[in-house]
Amino acid sequence: MLLLGESGAGKSTFLHALAGVVGDDEGETEGSLLVAGEHPAAHRGRTGLVIQDPDSQVILERVGDDVAFGCENLGVPRDEIWIRVRDSLASVGLEVALDRNTSALSGGQKQRLALAGVLAMRPGLIVLDEPTANLDPAGVTEVRDAVIRVAEATGATIVVVEHRVSVWSDVVDRIVVLAAGGGVIADGAPADVLARQGKELAARGVWIPQFPPPRPVRAVRGPQHALLSAQQLTVGRGKEALGAPLDLQIMSSHALAITGPNGAGKSTLALTLGGLLSSVSGAVVASPALANGAGEHPIRWKSRELLTRIGTVFQDPEHQLLTSTVRAELEVGPRALKLPESEVDARVDELLTRLRLDRLADANPFTLSGGEKRRLSVATALATRPQVLVLDEPTFGQDSRTWSELLALLARLVDDGSSVIAVSHDLDFVDALADSTVVLE
Amino acid sequence: MIPIASVNPVAKLGAGLLVSLFLLATIDWVSATTALVLELAIIAFFGIEPKRFWLRTLPVWVAAPLTALTILLYGRYDGTVYFEFLLIRISDGSIELALATFLRVLAIGLPAVVLFISIDPTDFADGLAQRLRLPDRFVVGALAAVRMVGLFLEDWRSLELARRARGVADRGRLRRIAGQGFALLVLSIRRGSKLSIAMEARGFGGDTTRTWARESPWGRAEWLTLLVGLLIGITATVVAVLTGSWNLIVG
Amino acid sequence: MTTTAPSSSTSTPTKPGSRFQWRVIDIVVASVIGVASGLIFVVWNVASTPALAPFAALLPGLQAVGGGFWLFAGVLTALVIRKPGAAIYGEMVAASVSALIGNQWGVLTLVSGFTQGIGAEIVFAAFLYANWRVSGAILAGAGAGLAMAITDLLLWYPGSALPFIIIYTIAAIVGGMLIAGLLSWLATRGIAATGALNRFGAGREIAKRV
Repeated sequence: MLLLGESGAGKSTFLHALAGVVGDDEGETEGSLLVAGEHPAAHRGRTGLVIQDPDSQVILERVGDDVAFGCENLGVPRDEIWIRVRDSLASVGLEVALDRNTSALSGGQKQRLALAGVLAMRPGLIVLDEPTANLDPAGVTEVRDAVIRVAEATGATIVVVEHRVSVWSDVVDRIVVLAAGGGVIADGAPADVLARQGKELAARGVWIPQFPPPRPVRAVRGPQHALLSAQQLTVGRGKEALGAPLDLQIMSSHALAITGPNGAGKSTLALTLGGLLSSVSGAVVASPALANGAGEHPIRWKSRELLTRIGTVFQDPEHQLLTSTVRAELEVGPRALKLPESEVDARVDELLTRLRLDRLADANPFTLSGGEKRRLSVATALATRPQVLVLDEPTFGQDSRTWSELLALLARLVDDGSSVIAVSHDLDFVDALADSTVVLE
Repeated sequence: MIPIASVNPVAKLGAGLLVSLFLLATIDWVSATTALVLELAIIAFFGIEPKRFWLRTLPVWVAAPLTALTILLYGRYDGTVYFEFLLIRISDGSIELALATFLRVLAIGLPAVVLFISIDPTDFADGLAQRLRLPDRFVVGALAAVRMVGLFLEDWRSLELARRARGVADRGRLRRIAGQGFALLVLSIRRGSKLSIAMEARGFGGDTTRTWARESPWGRAEWLTLLVGLLIGITATVVAVLTGSWNLIVG
Repeated sequence: MTTTAPSSSTSTPTKPGSRFQWRVIDIVVASVIGVASGLIFVVWNVASTPALAPFAALLPGLQAVGGGFWLFAGVLTALVIRKPGAAIYGEMVAASVSALIGNQWGVLTLVSGFTQGIGAEIVFAAFLYANWRVSGAILAGAGAGLAMAITDLLLWYPGSALPFIIIYTIAAIVGGMLIAGLLSWLATRGIAATGALNRFGAGREIAKRV
C-alpha cells in the first residue's frame, strides 16, 4: 500500500503511530488506532519501521550486530538470532561480512540494512517512510527491489510513504491519499486513484508520472565568457585523489551539471570549484573577469572575497545556518560586504518575497520545513550576487513544487548571465537545466 | 607477547583502577617507582607498536613534569627553603614531593592510557551490561550514540567550510568555533531524536528482557588481568611501607 | 492490512508516565549530547594546556577556571533531559568518549567524570529536580566545580600547600558556574529555539513563551 499526501498532512506521524513510537505525552491523539486489534505500542516489534535518513537509523557499528539489535530487544535466544540475521541479510540481498563496518556502506545498502534489521524481527507489518528519498537512482532501485522481494517472501503487509509515485505505483496494490487537515481523500487501486486525484496531488507537490512539474522556458542568452578553469584537476578530502584528472571550463550564462554514482567525488569537486577545498593536484583558476583583483586562485581568497564571486549551497542547509532569524540569516552576506544599510534591507526584502519567505522573516531558520530551508540556503547565497553559484544536490528530498521553483530560479540566473554548477543525481533536474554535463566515474 | 587486546575491556578497566587505587593513597617516590618499573616491564610485552605507544602516551609524558613543576613551586614546604617569591616557595620538602608527583603521574597515567588503547566500544558496552550488570538501556543507548562520532566529525568539517562560504571565516575564530559547537549540538540532537525513533521501532526500551547476540567473555585471562593489577598495587605499597617512605596523602 | 479504525472517537489510553521516568528518546538524546560533549572535551584536552598556562602564571591554581569546559556535559544534559541521573550520565558518557579516544588520564577520566557528574547531580536533586532556571544551572555548575577541585587535588596535587588549594578550589567553582552553568543554560535556550527539543520539557517551555 502506498500512502500519499502533501507535506504536513501527517503521513510520517501516521507511520510512527502505526509503529507504536509516538509518545503518549506528545501532541494530541484523537480517534483510535488498532494494529491487529491492539494498541500499537503493545505491538512494537511486530510492526517494523524504516525511515528516510539512512545515517540516522544505523544503530550499531557492525552489520551483523545492527541486524541483531531488534531480535535482542525482543528477547530472541542467541543461536536463533544469528540464523535470523543471515536469513534477513540474504532476503534484502546485502551480501557483506557480518563484521563489516556499517558506516562504510552506501545509502542504498544502509536502507537495505535497516530493512534487514526490521525483517529479522519477523514483523507482520512493515512501514517505510520515504525510504528512497535520500538515495541515488541505483540506490532507489536496490531498495525497491529488496522491498518487493521481502513482501513476496514473507507475506507481510507493507505501507510506504513516498513523494515519488513512479517508484512504487507499478508494484503496490492500493493507494491511500491523506488530506492536509486530516481525513482520507482517496483510497483504492493505483490506476484509479491516480486517474482521479493525480492532477490535484501533482499541484500539491507529489510526483505523479502523468503530471510532471512545469519546466522553465529558457531565454536567449548573451555572449559567454570564461569564469573558472581547471586543467588536470583531481580532488579529494586528503592527499588521495578521487577519480581521474579533469579538464573543466566554467562559462558565464551557462549551467553545468555534475553527475555520477555515490562516492565518485561529486560533492568534493563542487566544494573544490567553490574555492572551499584545496585540490589534490592541478588547480582551479579564476579568470581576470571573475577574480577582479583578488588573485587567480579562489582557494586563497579571503572568505569575504568569495561572496561576490562564487557562492556555494551545501547539500544540508543546516550546515550553513548562522543566526536565529531568517531575516538575519539573509543579512549575513551583505553585512560582511559592508554594504550600506538601505542596500542590505532592499536585497533582503527582495529575496524574502521572491523566495516566498516573507511570512517567515522572524522565524528561527532551524524550525523551517525542508523545502523552506532549501530556499533559504539558496537565498543566502544569492544575497551577495555571486557570478558563479555552486549547488550540491539542490533537489534532494524536495517535493515537486519546490523542485520546479528552484529550477525556474536557477534558469533565470543563467539567463541573466550567471554561471550555475549543480551536482545532482536527479536526472530530470539535470535534463531540464543543464547546458552541459560532466559524468564522474 | 601478552595478548592484551582480546581481554575483556571490563577487566582492563578494573586492573587500571586497582593499580591507581593503591597509588592514589600515597605520595612518595618509592611506591611510584616500584609500580612504574613493574608496569613498564609488563607493557613491554603487550607488543604495542612503538610509534603508537609514544603518540598515545605523549600527553602523560607532558602532564607529568608540568604537574611536578606546580608542586615544586607551590607544594608543602619543609626543611631548607632555597627560593621564595610571592606564593612560590622551593624547599627540600617541595623538591621531594615534586619528584614523587612526577613518578606518580606516570605510574597512574601510563597503564590507564595503555589499557585503553585497544578497547572496542561494542565489546566495552557488552562487558558493562553483561558483566557489570549496568542498566542495559543506558549502555546500549550510549553505544549507539558513540557510533555517531564519525557523522559528527563530518558535520564539523562541513560546518567549517560552510562558514567560509558564508563570508564570515576571516575573523573572530573563537566566536566561530563557539557557533560551530552550538550548531553541532543542534544537529546531533536532531540525529539523536531520529535515532531514538529507529531504535524504539525495533523494540528497544520495551518490557521484554533483552538477550545478547554477542557473549562478553570472562575467564582465566580476565581474572589474571585483575590479579596483576592488584599485585602491582600491593607490591608498590609493601615496598614503600618497608622502606618507611609510604606517605598517606591526607595529613 | 491488519489495521482497523473504529468510527467512534475515543482517546488513546494515556500512561501517567512519571516525570522522573526515562523515555527512550531521553536516553538516546542524553547519550548523543554526552558523545558530542566528549568530542569537545577531546579538543579541550589538547588545547587546555597552552590556553591555561598564562592563568597559571598569573596566579597558581587559577588554571582551574578552564576546567569548566570539562564540566558542562553533565549540566547541559540535565538541563535538556530533566531527569534524575541525567547529570551523572551525561558527564560519564562524555568522559568515556574522551578516554576511548585517548587522553592523559585514561581510566581515571571515568573517575573524574563520575565525581563531577555527582557534583552537579546533587544540586539538581536538592531542588527536587524542579529548578531548571539559570540559578539552578549556575549552582549545579558550582557543584561540579567543587567536585572537580576535590578530585584533582587528591588525584594529582596531593602535595600542594594551602594557598594553592584554596585558589584552585575557588577558580574551579567560578569556572564551573560560568562555563558549565551559565553557558549550558544559554546553549539549552538556544537549542530549544531551534525546535530540536520539541519532544522535551525544555523545548516546550520555550515554545509556550513565543
